[in-house]
Amino acid sequence: MSLLKAEGLGIQFGGLKAVDEFNFEMNQNQLYGLIGPNGAGKTTVFNLLTGVYKPTSGQIIFNGKSLLKMTPTQITQLGIARTFQNIRLFKKMSVIDNVKVGLHHSQNYSLLSSILHLPSYFKGEEAMHEMAMSLLRVFDLEKYADVKAGNLPYGKQRKLEIARALATSPKLLLLDEPAAGMNPIETEELMETIKIVREKFSIAILLIEHDMKLVMGICEKIAVLNFGTVLAFGTPDEIKNNPDVIAAYLGNEE
Amino acid sequence: MKKKQIKDLIISFIAALVIYGLIMFLMSAGVVDYYWSGILIMACINVILATSLNLASGYLGQLTLGHAGFMSVGAYTSALCSLYLHLPFLLSLLIGAIAACLIGILIGIPTLRLKGDYLCIITLAFNEIIRVIMLNLSITNGAKGLMGFQAMNIDFSVYFISAVITIYVIYCVVKSRHGRAIISICEDETASELSGIPTSYYKILAFAISAFFAGVAGGLYAQYMGMLVPSTFDYNKSVEILVMVVLGGLGNLKGSIIAAIVMTILPEYLRAFADYRMLLYAVVLIAAMIIKEKNLGPRIKSKFFKNKTVEVDD
Amino acid sequence: MEFLTQIINGLSTGGMYALVAIGYTMVYGIAKMINFAHGEIIMVGAYLAYVMTSIVKVPIIVSVLVAIAGCALLGVVTEKVAYKPLRNSGSLAVLITAIGVSYLLQNLFLILFGSAARTFPQFMPSGTVSLFGAHITYVALLSLVLTFICTGLLLLFINKTKLGKAMRAVSEDRGAAELMGINVNTTISLTFAIGSGLGAIAGIIYGMSYSLINPYLGAMLGIKAFIAAVLGGIGSIQGAMVGGLIIGVAEAFTISYISSAFSDAVVFGILIFILLVKPAGLFGQNMREKV
Repeated sequence: MSLLKAEGLGIQFGGLKAVDEFNFEMNQNQLYGLIGPNGAGKTTVFNLLTGVYKPTSGQIIFNGKSLLKMTPTQITQLGIARTFQNIRLFKKMSVIDNVKVGLHHSQNYSLLSSILHLPSYFKGEEAMHEMAMSLLRVFDLEKYADVKAGNLPYGKQRKLEIARALATSPKLLLLDEPAAGMNPIETEELMETIKIVREKFSIAILLIEHDMKLVMGICEKIAVLNFGTVLAFGTPDEIKNNPDVIAAYLGNEE
Repeated sequence: MKKKQIKDLIISFIAALVIYGLIMFLMSAGVVDYYWSGILIMACINVILATSLNLASGYLGQLTLGHAGFMSVGAYTSALCSLYLHLPFLLSLLIGAIAACLIGILIGIPTLRLKGDYLCIITLAFNEIIRVIMLNLSITNGAKGLMGFQAMNIDFSVYFISAVITIYVIYCVVKSRHGRAIISICEDETASELSGIPTSYYKILAFAISAFFAGVAGGLYAQYMGMLVPSTFDYNKSVEILVMVVLGGLGNLKGSIIAAIVMTILPEYLRAFADYRMLLYAVVLIAAMIIKEKNLGPRIKSKFFKNKTVEVDD
Repeated sequence: MEFLTQIINGLSTGGMYALVAIGYTMVYGIAKMINFAHGEIIMVGAYLAYVMTSIVKVPIIVSVLVAIAGCALLGVVTEKVAYKPLRNSGSLAVLITAIGVSYLLQNLFLILFGSAARTFPQFMPSGTVSLFGAHITYVALLSLVLTFICTGLLLLFINKTKLGKAMRAVSEDRGAAELMGINVNTTISLTFAIGSGLGAIAGIIYGMSYSLINPYLGAMLGIKAFIAAVLGGIGSIQGAMVGGLIIGVAEAFTISYISSAFSDAVVFGILIFILLVKPAGLFGQNMREKV
């Protein structure tokens, strides 16, 4: 059984079909890429998969369950986590608290036990702290634990966003342009981190990226989106040599 | 971490105890007279109002102008419980608070989808509707006012302890995983949802806790005044509470406490200005907002204390 | 013809609300703030007309012009002094400052004129006309006519003139408008001037309709007019007019068929209903958050 399956997925804004007949399938622990020209509907696909937008047609099955009637919160709890193109951290909260928000459901001490300071409160907080720190360590962020997230440099903010997403213990991680605004060295570093994350947490990753070196370097398979539909799907080499893809990116020369 | 938190709590409790002892001593020594002990009671009530509103408007980030409405629900419910059911004061107070909390949930469920100015104006509308209902019910005795429900033997201690409990509970809420969820909604609701936080639940929760303590404040106010008229709880009262929260700093409990105390006591010193008092209040309000928002505070300070270096963070 | 009389009475109060609501909607559209002090501007307009006519004793037309100009100036000055420094702050800071300005004006006039009501001078003969059997006062008729004229002129101004186009541009996207060479400060000032000028007319209509004015008259009037603006869809001038008329009629009906005690509650009830069912209002556009 596949982890994620989208069938005939589509959404319309007014008369505009932003995504149309989107078919896609992913299995556990795979690393796929989603590319396409600007405005092709890549982020819209992420928004559909995470429940931010409700599709006007089609079906999404995740882990055997339909996501259509679920709220973004439920979908996240079911195991899809994501990052955002325009980093959306809780800027005024500390780095570690950002991760702890993601860890919210890892503990279940009640409001009453925190008011009465019962042992379950301390135990829960302690456990959360440990888990958050070990996640920060993966991304070399542990020494910034008490810094306000908004004060981190750009590249580290991107990493923190991935850490926060991982804190929700997802089965599938969606990364929306993780290398945007990074220099080549940072991008290189990021590629390593993504590989480590996939190994360490044994999760599936789907990423949107414009940096072709990154996409071609780490993705097993790539889907190319154009005008809201899947134009091509295959290994990096197949995509590189696909005439349709070249035409979509560079324009048709007739 | 655990040790530090407990240490902080113990220090705060000792501080509260010292303040309490000092006030009680001054009262028994006659330094704080009847008039001023009334003002201190109002300060406690305002501290409860400001800190509880801070949970909804500061931490959760939902701009509301209906706190006086919840206060009036608490005030009338507890007064009516004392008057007709002859319940002991603390039980009436609790029932009043629960009633305010329930009304808070009832209003919160449909309205908390709205944001910013819209939420502000819709809570103001609920505030006014509650006031009109109180004005026209026969059981509340309308504009003529409700009287005769005051319990005996309730002194300053009850008001002070209530304020301390309110601050403590809100502090605990904020310092828990529930509090982090609430703050994350204020920071970025979509990101919070997509981090798995059930945002609607936490919005209602924060709103309900906030309304509960507004109800407590209302019940205490009723007990202190001994008479209730609906016009006390109009939107101007809500504005007054919101101003305390904003001047004290959104998401800043200490600030709310200090602002509530200062804004209760300061007007007493302005009594000499009589007619000009409200005018002065308005000018101070505008000036304070501009100074706060433009971050002029440190710059003004540096003009008066030249030796200090100034940092302006943007 | 009780029913028809109530409708027309409602429409004329509604006209007054509409004129105030237009001020709210314009300011909200351009400055993205609820100008809580707008109600007080109306009060100031009423008092200016009263002072000019009853104390300075100038002709009616002069006092009307003075009231309009005075309010326009007051609107511009409040914006420059109190709101402009907070233009990039959160809505909470602006809201509280606006409430501060409202308290300031209210209490200033309390000190100047006392809390006792003053008798507003008679600007036009009291009397009624019969229309399909309904009795309508001259004032009610004038209020309605003025509302339509003002709204019409304003719509023409906004849609047909260059300054109007600038206003629309600023309300759409302030930053982009600035880059296109539009003077944002002037445009915002102009908006406050027009909104406040219309407020002065509303204040004078208030004085003529109720013949008594006091420094508190703007508070509830302002809130009701704001509700009218929300009902019509904030930012839409036609919406503000329709919203104002609906609120006026709803209020007149509540007073005559239910109870005057509940007229405020009904108006607030309408607001709650519209915000829960169609928050964008009758003529407003839905906004979608970008993720």
